[in-house]
Amino acid sequence: MTAQQLILASLSLPAVAAACIGLAGRRPNLRESVTLAASSALLVAVLALAQAVLAGERPRLRLFEVMPGLEIAFEVEPLGLLFALVASGLWVVSSVYSIGYMRGNGEAHQTRFYACFALALAAAVAIAFSANAFTLFLFYEALTLVTYPLVTHHGDAEARRGGRIYLTVLIGTSIVLLLPALVFTWQAAGTTDFQPGGILRDKLDPIALAALLALYMFGIGKAALMPFHRWLPAAMVAPAPVSALLHAVAVVKAGVFSVVKVIVYLFGVDVLDNVSMQWLVAIAGFTIIAASVVALGADNLKRRLAYSTVSQLAYIVLAAALLAPLSIIGAVLHIASHALGKITLFFAAGSIYTAAHKTEVSQLDGIGRRMPWTMGAFAIGALSMIGLPPAAGFISKWYMLSGAMEQAHWAAVAVIIASTLLNAAYFLPIVYRAFFRPLAAGAAHVAHGEAPLPIVAALLITAAATLALFFLPEMPLALAREVIGAR
Amino acid sequence: MNLVAHLPILPVVVPLISAPIAVLSRRGSVAFVLATTASWAALALAVALWVQVGAEGTISYAIGNWPPPWGIEYRIDTLSAFVLVLVSGVAAIILPYCRRSIEAELPREQHYLFYAMFGLCLAGLLGIVATGDAFNIFVFVEISALASYALIALGRDRRALVASYQYLIMGTIGATFLVIGIGLLYLMTGTLNLADMRQRLADVSDMRPVLTALAFITAGMSLKLALFPLHQWLPNAYSHAPSAVSAFLAGTATKVSVYVLLRFYYSVFGAGLVSDLGLREVLLVLSLAAMFAASALAIFQTDLKKLLAYSSVAQIGYITLGLSFESVAGLTASIVHLFNHGITKAGLFMLVGGAVLVMGGSDMSRLAGLGRAMPLTSFGIVLGGLSLIGVPGTAGFISKWSLIVAALERNQWWLVFAIALSSLLALAYVWRFVEAAYLREPAQPREGGREAPPSMLISAWILVAASIYFGLDSSLTLGSAMAGAQSLLGAAP
Repeated sequence: MTAQQLILASLSLPAVAAACIGLAGRRPNLRESVTLAASSALLVAVLALAQAVLAGERPRLRLFEVMPGLEIAFEVEPLGLLFALVASGLWVVSSVYSIGYMRGNGEAHQTRFYACFALALAAAVAIAFSANAFTLFLFYEALTLVTYPLVTHHGDAEARRGGRIYLTVLIGTSIVLLLPALVFTWQAAGTTDFQPGGILRDKLDPIALAALLALYMFGIGKAALMPFHRWLPAAMVAPAPVSALLHAVAVVKAGVFSVVKVIVYLFGVDVLDNVSMQWLVAIAGFTIIAASVVALGADNLKRRLAYSTVSQLAYIVLAAALLAPLSIIGAVLHIASHALGKITLFFAAGSIYTAAHKTEVSQLDGIGRRMPWTMGAFAIGALSMIGLPPAAGFISKWYMLSGAMEQAHWAAVAVIIASTLLNAAYFLPIVYRAFFRPLAAGAAHVAHGEAPLPIVAALLITAAATLALFFLPEMPLALAREVIGAR
Repeated sequence: MNLVAHLPILPVVVPLISAPIAVLSRRGSVAFVLATTASWAALALAVALWVQVGAEGTISYAIGNWPPPWGIEYRIDTLSAFVLVLVSGVAAIILPYCRRSIEAELPREQHYLFYAMFGLCLAGLLGIVATGDAFNIFVFVEISALASYALIALGRDRRALVASYQYLIMGTIGATFLVIGIGLLYLMTGTLNLADMRQRLADVSDMRPVLTALAFITAGMSLKLALFPLHQWLPNAYSHAPSAVSAFLAGTATKVSVYVLLRFYYSVFGAGLVSDLGLREVLLVLSLAAMFAASALAIFQTDLKKLLAYSSVAQIGYITLGLSFESVAGLTASIVHLFNHGITKAGLFMLVGGAVLVMGGSDMSRLAGLGRAMPLTSFGIVLGGLSLIGVPGTAGFISKWSLIVAALERNQWWLVFAIALSSLLALAYVWRFVEAAYLREPAQPREGGREAPPSMLISAWILVAASIYFGLDSSLTLGSAMAGAQSLLGAAP
């Protein structure tokens, strides 16, 4: 297949899968086979594209023109490829996990669930491969809409409330801030194409550039920069696989991916050198610390994980805002390493819920002895969040920290170190409780063991991948270097 | 006789003739076939005109071979051809829908009258657009209005009578204002031909009667197009009329009124005069009020048809907002939204009509669980709703984008944010339906069939699909709108 056909295949595979899932709705085994087959095929297609991109190609696919000068077009470059790799690779694993979770918990509307899941992946891949900001915006909005049925999956009052916050914040920021930013970019530059070095050179004065950047940074609500982070905890009403793949990987990474993409390919790092970035560093730093503090006080496990995600996403924004080559490499790597670690943590949370029906941190005393695999994987994920070796989070944090030091930005260094301590303070007690505290008295009579096999298998795979990325970071590192080298 | 030479008048004449024949036949089925054929013919003729105008430029046609300005002139330019296609297209898609919808809503003996009225209304609307003669505009305004009063009064609810009466009073005031304005213009220029009028106005443009005429025409047409706060008649009329009528009027009637306003503003008075009178500011303020107040009112409606009606008032605000910019970009946004909103809202009312038929009402509580009961209808409403919000990939997005471009061109950032914020209100009212349809359980066990009859569903979905298609490929709509806007402003001094 040519590279263009591969792009088309990557975009259409999940969408076609969604249709097939809908048709196979009455036969659950066939339906799940479709999901597994489509996710594996997507991974193969993206891997094939990876070879081309690593060889220096930049395959393009132009679909059609929506308005004069605004076309739906795709181009695979290193950053987008990395995001697509992460999303599609983890879709395979989370499909396995979903089967165990959805059946284990006897969830309703499973056909809708799998179909929307596939559509969400289609939107995520389209975002990853967008050749211009207009295409990205189109699929960014589509991603919000197709994940809404997943967030409100349970259909009760809580789900409705969560869904409202989810939509209001995400659609609100994107229409009120991102859309004007996009139109303004288009009027100023005459294009919205992502280009190495940016498209806004000599087009706007520094004040307009700073204002435009602010519109983008807050307009990309999926990056969950405070004060527009509330949608992420609200989305936790969804079933665990949704929280795991979408709200730890596909949706939130689409946000930070867009942030990096805008900074590197729309503005251009050189152009932004003349613009004051301190406010963005400050807001990202504040988000890192504040979200960690909230996570520290959250007893609900998924809520704690959600705030941890808010904090970790802000790392990526912070690192990109520093504009140092090393920190940008760190930002790109963190997209992958945080994804692996956080999906493991969410998988573990869902596993605990499925096997023990526990949702609060305070209920987890001694659970590690009953669910050693789950909690072992959780511990690896936690290490990655804190940024300790031998987990992947160490590498990305190392690069971010080096970038901050290279810029002599001591405030950023302090934020990273302080948040590392905070991360340790809210993750390690969970691990301690699970393994070293005696079983809670009330829980002793409910005998349970590990979660169903697909769940355990999935979380072991992601935990292993978290470790593997530490030892074998060559490919993502090569891609991240190309993002910088392309300048 | 060479029919091609008579192309400009045929789209008006064909439905006009179909109406009396329908009455004479006194049979619903004959009348249906007549009206449907006439509307399809009108569409074909309108498309032919559109192609011809695109190739050869403005077409002038003298009725009875009396040359203008003495005789009545029909004048088709890019804008009028575009609106002709919209009106006849919506009619051609709605008529097949009418058959089952009307069978369910009206007693058999009224069917032929319904189709006759529909034909008259269509002829009137097309006539307004096609003619180049001021008095002729008034005559067609009255023809379409009288027919629509009757159509609304056919609603099965007794409240339809009150709604129709309300519309009749307001509509008549509007038409009277229009004719007063035209009378004053005739007084000052001695001509009724729009093009001729424009040239003669140049000598007398600063005289008070001309300004008075402008004011009367603005007020009169604002009533007809339901510009906030002159919109009071619209929600009742749309929600109590038969479903097919709501759909048809929502898609066409107010849009044609906007067309009349555009025509008088830019083809007769000229941009300078409109600005001198401060009408731009007035339009700007009222449009913003419509976008926010009417959207906010829509959020609190418990009846889906009323919700959509208030949404129409709000969306008309976007159209008039584009008008107030008085730039090519602004007018382009107006015209493209006129089209996009026309097809979207007509499709929505048609789908709701199907839901009313099956569920027995358009109250939100009755529509609870619609997503499960009528998946196709419900999903169609969601797609149409997304277009109202202006989600990318829908026709509404093209409108919103053009409007923001127009606002940015004038460096009015606060307006950009106002436009964006008001679409969040649209999100709120559309999501009231989404939550009812998908996240609430039906109050009582549902009775009756599953989906609406196929003829209704297919017709409605054609419009929904069109509102997606024109969101992905806007070359046809945006191109025509831009050409129309350029020709309107190009004619300005």
